[in-house]
Amino acid sequence: MSTMAIRKKSNGKLALALAGFVAAMVGLAYASVPLYELFCQVTGYGGTPQVAAAAPGPLSNEKITIRFDANTNPKLPWKFEASRGEIAVRPGEQTLAFYKAQNLGGESVTGTAVFNVTPLKAGAYFSKIQCFCFTEQTLTAGQQVDMPVQFFVDPEILSDPDTKDVNTITLSYTFYPSKSEDKSVNTVKKNYNWKKS
Amino acid sequence: MADIAEVHQEDHDHHMPGFFTRWFCSTNHKDIGTLYILVSFVAAIIGGAMSWYIRLELAEPGVQYIDDFQFYNVLVTAHGFLMVFFVVMPAMIGGFGNWFVPLMIGAPDMAFPRMNNISLWLLVAALILLLLSAVIGDGPGTGWTVYPPLSNQDYHPGPSVDLGILSLHLAGASSILGAINFIVTIFNMRAPGMTIHRMPLFVWAMLVTAFLLLLALPVLAGALTMLLTDRNFGTAFFVPGQGGDPVLWQHLFWFFGHPEVYIIIIPAFGIVSQVVSTFSNKPVFGYLGMAYAMAAIGVVGFVVWAHHMFTIGFDVGTRAYFTAATMVIAVPTGVKIFSWLATMWGGSIKFEVPMLWALGFIFLFVVGGVTGITLANASADLVFHDTYFVVAHFHYVMAIAAIFAMFSGYFYWVGKMSGRKYPRGLAMVQFWVFFIGVNVLFFPQHFSGFAGMPRRIPDYPTAYEGWNYVSSVGALITMIGTILFFIIVWRTYYGVKAEANEWGEGAKTLEWTVASPAPWHTHEILPDMTGKAPAE
Repeated sequence: MSTMAIRKKSNGKLALALAGFVAAMVGLAYASVPLYELFCQVTGYGGTPQVAAAAPGPLSNEKITIRFDANTNPKLPWKFEASRGEIAVRPGEQTLAFYKAQNLGGESVTGTAVFNVTPLKAGAYFSKIQCFCFTEQTLTAGQQVDMPVQFFVDPEILSDPDTKDVNTITLSYTFYPSKSEDKSVNTVKKNYNWKKS
Repeated sequence: MADIAEVHQEDHDHHMPGFFTRWFCSTNHKDIGTLYILVSFVAAIIGGAMSWYIRLELAEPGVQYIDDFQFYNVLVTAHGFLMVFFVVMPAMIGGFGNWFVPLMIGAPDMAFPRMNNISLWLLVAALILLLLSAVIGDGPGTGWTVYPPLSNQDYHPGPSVDLGILSLHLAGASSILGAINFIVTIFNMRAPGMTIHRMPLFVWAMLVTAFLLLLALPVLAGALTMLLTDRNFGTAFFVPGQGGDPVLWQHLFWFFGHPEVYIIIIPAFGIVSQVVSTFSNKPVFGYLGMAYAMAAIGVVGFVVWAHHMFTIGFDVGTRAYFTAATMVIAVPTGVKIFSWLATMWGGSIKFEVPMLWALGFIFLFVVGGVTGITLANASADLVFHDTYFVVAHFHYVMAIAAIFAMFSGYFYWVGKMSGRKYPRGLAMVQFWVFFIGVNVLFFPQHFSGFAGMPRRIPDYPTAYEGWNYVSSVGALITMIGTILFFIIVWRTYYGVKAEANEWGEGAKTLEWTVASPAPWHTHEILPDMTGKAPAE
């Protein structure tokens, strides 16, 4: 009987420890959210560009082509496009480029731009100094603005064996309604007809 | 069943409860195991019917039977969920695990009999929620992977996906409780002398599986909760416009999803090891290697998840790592395959029905494993991703292979569970019908996949016509095999009585030392295994 009692106790302890495992794994799942974001920012993983204070200046005459891509989420009634299709820059050289945005809707809307660069492996070497995407942008009805982005390509891109082959980098933005706006904008696909017509 | 129970009431001083208490408030590991197997039967019929309906639509190009494409997607999704969470897992873990882990280690019952009951009924509730999700609103047409943005409010408004999420939450809670129960039982309740290294390989398999469940399912629960709050409470874990990332879902899902396929196949390894050993009349070749191969597969299974998502644009180094790590799994699985072959080598082999299914399992698992090595190559996977080649691969390696192991276990143990022998001739016929059926069904899908046919599409160009027709004929043969199985289940209740050890001297594990059907209470006096050989 006494051994049974000891057994029972140790069963409960073991079960509790295992439940602790479960709780830890749930915690890990949630911890992965900020960790994943941090990981992307630090390593440039998934084409996440870097943020820097100033450019080091050009070190060589090799040039890399930068292409500009602009997208707008259908929920945002904006026209958003790059001022120039592409430019050639020397790595290390500070460059200023512009996007154009216009609010086609009848009321003031705030948007946020989400960004990345492709090829994704170039993310670690693409540094922004100033960008319209750092903050939310509000456009009143019909308002048109130029949106600047100041950036440079880290010269180390030329020496990294993984990125030596990169001669074109595409900088891409997608404007979404900012979080505060999302609820007021109608969901586009709500009444989408799935049936085959 | 009731008359059998009454006989044993006289043997033991235990009160046998009435029907409702016995089956609805059950705390007996054998009764709960039986109920799990029943749940699995019900889900298998529904999930199987869905797959046959899918194959009916795919038999020829054009749209014949399913003109609502969202409904097609719902069928594909529900088929996947049902087969993974409500057929294979309940049968192997809840069913055979509950029945035979205590019997094999010489324990009177599971460590927490009432928690066992909760696990069972949570699963039933989860099954009901899943079926509700398919009939309320448009149904979840997301695939079993539930990737956002397809699974968010924009593309799946209405309650279907939410019900599906809650269903998986409950199924997950059920499995986590079950896993804790198994680990405590196996660690603390072994008979004297039944050391860890003397446990039968089926028990080893359940131990490894329980640890995988414990580590993988909470991650799924966390990810599902994030998706649920994204859909309903304005969080933005997977919403790019608000700083989230849909790719994060893929990472979390597959961190669970890849171990999940081992959760399905490792119990199958356990069953096949018992069966091959019994019918070769030899101990398993390389017992320790077999046990630790399963543990190694479990460990490596947690660090290969991104091979499911090569197309999201990893850099070369990441692809190289996940390719290499995935291929490493071929080493412990190879250890298992060759050890089964070595067990049979020089053995006195009896081709009884469970052995046929076990051999069928080995064949199917090898075919699926080889295509797995192909798909592990990131560069090849970029081409094969989301084609029928992948469908053929995973159906061979984890779907029908697991089903074969379940059949093997069923025919191996049905005498012990029911006290009756199955009709042997009919069971042999059923094996061959099913074996031919599944191969005609899935082998041509390799060719369709090579030719570029995408998954989850109800219609296709006439270029894919021929092999799809063959595949659908295979589905029909498999359906006949399935119907034969249920006829066998029914006929078994009129079969001859099974003796305590119907398989002879090859069957050395402890479940064969108790009467057939196993009495309601077993191992009340713990068997002493001190100094005995490993019980493989």
